[in-house]
Amino acid sequence: MDTAKKGFQGFLQRNWLVIVTGLVTGAAAVILSALGNPPNMGFCIACFERDISGALRFHGAAPVQYFRPEIVGIVLGAVGMAFIKKEWKPQGGSSPFTRFMLGMLVMIGALVFLGCPLRMVIRIGGGDVNALIGLVGFIVGIVIGTFPLRFGFSLNRAYRQNAAEGLFFPILLAVLFVLSFIPNLFAKSTEGPGSMQAYWYAALLIAIVVGALCQRSRLCMAGGVRDAVMFKDFHLVYGFLAIIAAVVVGNLIRGTFKFGMEGQPIAHTESLYNFLGMVVVGWGSVLLGGCPLRQLVLAGEGNSDSAVTVFGFIAGAAVSHNFGLASSGTGIGAGPVLWVLIAGFVILALISVLNIKRRA
Amino acid sequence: MVDARGLSCPMPVLLVQREVKKNHPDSLEVMVDNMTAVGNITRFAASQHYEVKTEEVDGEFRMTLSK
Repeated sequence: MDTAKKGFQGFLQRNWLVIVTGLVTGAAAVILSALGNPPNMGFCIACFERDISGALRFHGAAPVQYFRPEIVGIVLGAVGMAFIKKEWKPQGGSSPFTRFMLGMLVMIGALVFLGCPLRMVIRIGGGDVNALIGLVGFIVGIVIGTFPLRFGFSLNRAYRQNAAEGLFFPILLAVLFVLSFIPNLFAKSTEGPGSMQAYWYAALLIAIVVGALCQRSRLCMAGGVRDAVMFKDFHLVYGFLAIIAAVVVGNLIRGTFKFGMEGQPIAHTESLYNFLGMVVVGWGSVLLGGCPLRQLVLAGEGNSDSAVTVFGFIAGAAVSHNFGLASSGTGIGAGPVLWVLIAGFVILALISVLNIKRRA
Repeated sequence: MVDARGLSCPMPVLLVQREVKKNHPDSLEVMVDNMTAVGNITRFAASQHYEVKTEEVDGEFRMTLSK
């Protein structure tokens, strides 16, 4: 009896921070949807970076253009917490172009599925069975990605940079966010998901809290599954599960929980593509060392490789929409989606194999 | 000695795991440069019944694993 109690106390001692972060992130997602963000999309790193890409007119998809305060908030929260905890460190130089390409591929896969791993978890919490199929793909992608890791894959070391390199990204993001208030400078959706917006100050403040917590807890969707597979370390998975728990409860309270595949908000039922899109996301995220949410937090901590990756996501979103690769609620895009996914797998395989180092 | 400075997740803990599985050392010194790696390696070391001491040196971390 005592041992079990001690075991549970030990469990809480080791995992409370990541569980609290998951609960807060899940609750934040439900609250942001209640405040105006799209349903089952209170938070979505891929979708919101896609909206920013549209706001900057990198693509012309009118329904998905808005300079999302949530992305700015997560980065600023991470910057602030990293400074407070003396963990802010400008670093970079670890295969930046390869990371940019991986960022593009991950975004293209995420927009076929319609969501990053964080939104996948939020969709699961809303009862969306299509997202469970996405989860299977995500896990398969991560398992594939662990093989090159086991054989010595590495994108090489990052090295210390000067402070300007580490601060460039968060300052640029903050300046662009301020500029986004100038009327008609950036594009802004008047219909579709991009027009569904929580109050900007609420979105910014909530995201700052989430970003700060994610910096402390290192919450990462891809890392959770990867560590469980490779090290039998379930620490980050508990954060993953906490998000689902909070979102389920929040949706039940709001009366927005709907179990099934049909008629889910901003989702499609093409299971093969939901699966394949998330295989790309899982595989690419493992090679990058973290999911899109984690890349934002690392960029906030001063990692310019992650900043490059975030711009890879933004470029990938533009490619997705400009070439008809992004899905919508009515189905997959009109472009050559399957061919691009196949090309994506070939590129991921090449990056995986060509970066395996001989063991010393 | 495992030098995992500058390596992104999960390479630091992976290198430690590889060394532990291959050589079963009674003690192992690991150099990392971020707290995420410190946390990951500490959890892995505990699962393998190692005790861990971590000291910070000029913004980097010297971890000593011992049985």
